[in-house]
Amino acid sequence: MDPQKQAYREEASELIADMEDALVELEQSPTDRDLIDRIFRDMHTIKGSGAMFGFNNIATFTHGIETVYDLIREGRIKVSGELVSLTLAACDQIKLLLEDVDATGDSAHITEISHKFAAMIPSAEPEPSPVALEPEEHGEATFRIRFTPKPELFENGTNPLPLLDELRDLGESRVICHLDRLPDLEALDPQKCYVYWDIILTAKISESDIRDVFIFVDDISDIAIAQIDSAEELDDYKPIGQILVEKGDLAASELDAALSEQKRLGQVIVEKGLVPESELESALTEQEYVRDMRLKRRQVEASASVKVASFKLDSLVDLVGELVIVQARLSEFATRRGDPDLAALAEDVERLSAELRDQTMDIRMLPIGTTFARFKRLVRDLANELGKEIDFTTAGAETELDKTVIDKLGDPLVHLIRNSVDHGIELPADRRAAGKAEQGRIHLSAQHSGAYVLISIEDDGRGLNTRAIREKAIAKGILAPEAQPSEKEIFELIFAPGFSTAENVSAISGRGVGMDVVSRNIEALGGSVEIQSQAGSGTVITLKLPLTLAIIDGLLVELAGNFFVLPLGCVLECIELSQTDVNRAHGRHMVNVRGEIVPYIPLREVFSLSGEIPESEQIVITGIGDRRVGFVVDRVIGQHQTVIKTLGKALKDMDGISGATILGNGTVALILDVNRLTAYVEQEELSLTG
Amino acid sequence: MAKKIMSVDDSASIRQMVNFTLTEAGYEVVEAEDGQDALDKLARASVDMVITDLNMPRLDGIGLIKAVRSDPSKKFLPMILLTTESHVDKKELGRQAGATGWIVKPFKPDQLLAVIKRVLG
Repeated sequence: MDPQKQAYREEASELIADMEDALVELEQSPTDRDLIDRIFRDMHTIKGSGAMFGFNNIATFTHGIETVYDLIREGRIKVSGELVSLTLAACDQIKLLLEDVDATGDSAHITEISHKFAAMIPSAEPEPSPVALEPEEHGEATFRIRFTPKPELFENGTNPLPLLDELRDLGESRVICHLDRLPDLEALDPQKCYVYWDIILTAKISESDIRDVFIFVDDISDIAIAQIDSAEELDDYKPIGQILVEKGDLAASELDAALSEQKRLGQVIVEKGLVPESELESALTEQEYVRDMRLKRRQVEASASVKVASFKLDSLVDLVGELVIVQARLSEFATRRGDPDLAALAEDVERLSAELRDQTMDIRMLPIGTTFARFKRLVRDLANELGKEIDFTTAGAETELDKTVIDKLGDPLVHLIRNSVDHGIELPADRRAAGKAEQGRIHLSAQHSGAYVLISIEDDGRGLNTRAIREKAIAKGILAPEAQPSEKEIFELIFAPGFSTAENVSAISGRGVGMDVVSRNIEALGGSVEIQSQAGSGTVITLKLPLTLAIIDGLLVELAGNFFVLPLGCVLECIELSQTDVNRAHGRHMVNVRGEIVPYIPLREVFSLSGEIPESEQIVITGIGDRRVGFVVDRVIGQHQTVIKTLGKALKDMDGISGATILGNGTVALILDVNRLTAYVEQEELSLTG
Repeated sequence: MAKKIMSVDDSASIRQMVNFTLTEAGYEVVEAEDGQDALDKLARASVDMVITDLNMPRLDGIGLIKAVRSDPSKKFLPMILLTTESHVDKKELGRQAGATGWIVKPFKPDQLLAVIKRVLG
C-alpha cells in the first residue's frame, strides 16, 4: 500500500477510536452538542479523505451516516440508544473496510446498516448525486467573451488576470481591455475594479468550458459569451456596425443614423461619442481576427501550401502530354530497332513519364467538398425564405476531381439544388398532409466510378409530374401532341431549351434559363445528366463526369485498320465474340457473360466502317455505375497513355467521340465517348422493345 | 520566489496529500490543523494563499475566512475552501464569508493545482 493510503488508514483508525469514545459518552448525555459535533467531524473526515485516497466503499457507506449526524446537529433527529448501537456497529464495518482499498467487509450487514440510517433521513432531504462527466470532443470554434467584473471584485481575493491567462492557454486569443469606466484620479478607489475586457478566443471547446473558467467570479461579474465563428464558416465576416449592435454597445437606431452620414462608420460613431473608442477598437479587432481565421481556413481548404497560378499548371499538363507522345514514339522506335539497350531505355522513360503524368494530374485534383460547403448556406437561406424545413446532408466530400471540372460544376449544381428546394421539397403542411415528415431531406453525394465521378442530388420531395411536363412540352411545341414518350423521355424533356415547369415563376428558380443550361454545361465537360423520379416520393438527379480532361489511361483497340481508345477506368474485361454467339442471339446485340446478359455495340456498324469482319471479334465490356455495355472491336492492342486532344470546331459535335490522341507512330486514334455510346444502346433497346 | 500556501485541515492524511502535491509543484507549504491554528500562524507569517477545509474543531473554515477578511491587511488574500459535494449550501456560505473559490472533495492533485493556478496565476 502506498504511504498516502497507509497514512489515511492510520488516521481513520484513530478517528474511529475517538468516535467510539464519543459514542459511549453520548449514550450518557444525548444532548451534548460538542460530542455530536465531534462524531460528525470524525465521520466527515473518514468519508471525505476516504474518497480522496480511493477507499470508495468507505466513502459510500459513511455518506448516509454523516447526513444523519448533520441532521442531529441541526436538531432535526434525536439521539437514541438504538442510534448509538447502530453507529458503533457501523464503526466495526468501517474497520473491516479499512483493510484494503477494495475491501467489501460484511456486505449484508453493511447494506442493513445503510438502510437503517437511510430510513432516519426525512425524504424531503434531496441527495445530490455527483455526476462524473466525460470530457466531450468539440470542434474548433471562436467565441466572443465580455467579462465585466463588479467594482468589488477584489474584495474576496480575486485577481482577474489569472483568468485571462487561463483563457489564453485554451487557444488562440485576443484580449482587449476597456478603460472607459475609469474615474478621474481623485475619485479613483484603488481597491475597486473599474476595467472590463473583451476576449476573442478560438479553441476546441464549448461555451460551458469557458463558463467553467469564470466559475469563481460568476456572481461578482457579468459574463457574456457568444460563438461568432466555427470551422465551417468561410464567408467574409460581419460589418463593424453589426458587431457593435450585436454586443449591445450600439443601438440599431444609432447605427442607422450613423450609416446615413456617408462617412467612415467608425469615425462617425466615435465623433458622436456613441461608443467609447476601446469598444470600437474591440469590434475592429474582432472583425479583423475572424476575417483572418476565415482567410486562413479558406487557404487550408484550398489545401495548397504553395499557390500556383492555374495557367502554369495547364501548361505543365500540356508539356507532360507532349512528353508522353514523344515517349510513345521512342517506345515504338525501340521495338522496331530490336536494340535491347534502347528498349530498356525506352521502358525507363515510359515508367518515369507515367509517374510524372500521374503526379501532374494529381496536382490538379481537388476534393469536391470545397464546393459542397457553400451549398449548406444556400439551402438554409432558400428554405428560410420559402418557409420550408430542409435537412441538407452531404457525402463523399473527399472525392477528387480535376480543378477545371470542379470550377465549371458550381453553377449547374447551384441550379439543381435550387430546383430541389423550390420545386422538389413541399411546404411542411403539404408534407404532413402527404404523410411525410415535415422536414424534407436533400442529400448531395459524390463517388468514384471508374474513370467517372457520379454526383447525385437526391430529395424526398414531390417528384416530377410526368403529366404536367408532357402538357407543357406540347404547349411549348417541344413535343408533338400525338407522341407517346416513355417516362424517361418525358424526364429528358425538361432539358429542352426554354422549358420551365414552375407554374409561377418564383424568385428562386424558374427564370427560364433552366435545365437545358445545366445539361449543356455538363456535356461540355464530357459528362451527362440522368433523372430518376417517383411521383410523391422524390427525385434523384445524377451527374456523370469524367475524372479529368487532359491525360487518361486508355485501352487501345483496332477496328478495320483504324485505332480507337476507350478510357481504361471504365473497362471491366475483354472477351471474345464468336460467330456462334452472334447467331445464338437472333439478331439482338446481346451476349451472355457468365450468365449475365450484356448488350453490346457493333462499332463497325455505328461508325459505318467497311472491311472484312475477322473470324473472331473482341468485346470490350465497360461499366459505368451499375450499367454494363460491350464494344465490339477487331483487335485489342493494349494499354495506352492517352493525351486527350480536342477535335476542333469542325468535328466537335461528333456523336460518340470525345477527342483524339496521337500514337507513337504518329497515327491518330479517336477516343470513344463511352457514356454517350451507352445512351445510344439504351435508345436502341427501347426502340426494339417499344 | 516560491509562493507560500497555507494548508488548513484537521485530517493529517489530507494535509500530507496537499503538502506533497504543492511541494512537487514548487510551492512552499505551511500547515495548520484547524482554523484557530491557522489564525495563530497567519498572525506571525504572511502567505500568498490559504486552502482550508470546511469542518474542523475549534474554528471551522467559514469562521477562519470571516476572521481573516476582518483584518484589513488580509482583505485581498486568496482563500480556497475545500467542501464535499453534499454541502452545496456551504459553498454559498463560504462565498458570503469571502472565499475566493472552492474545491469539491474528492479531488485529484492536478485539479487542486488547476484551481490554485486560476486564483494565484
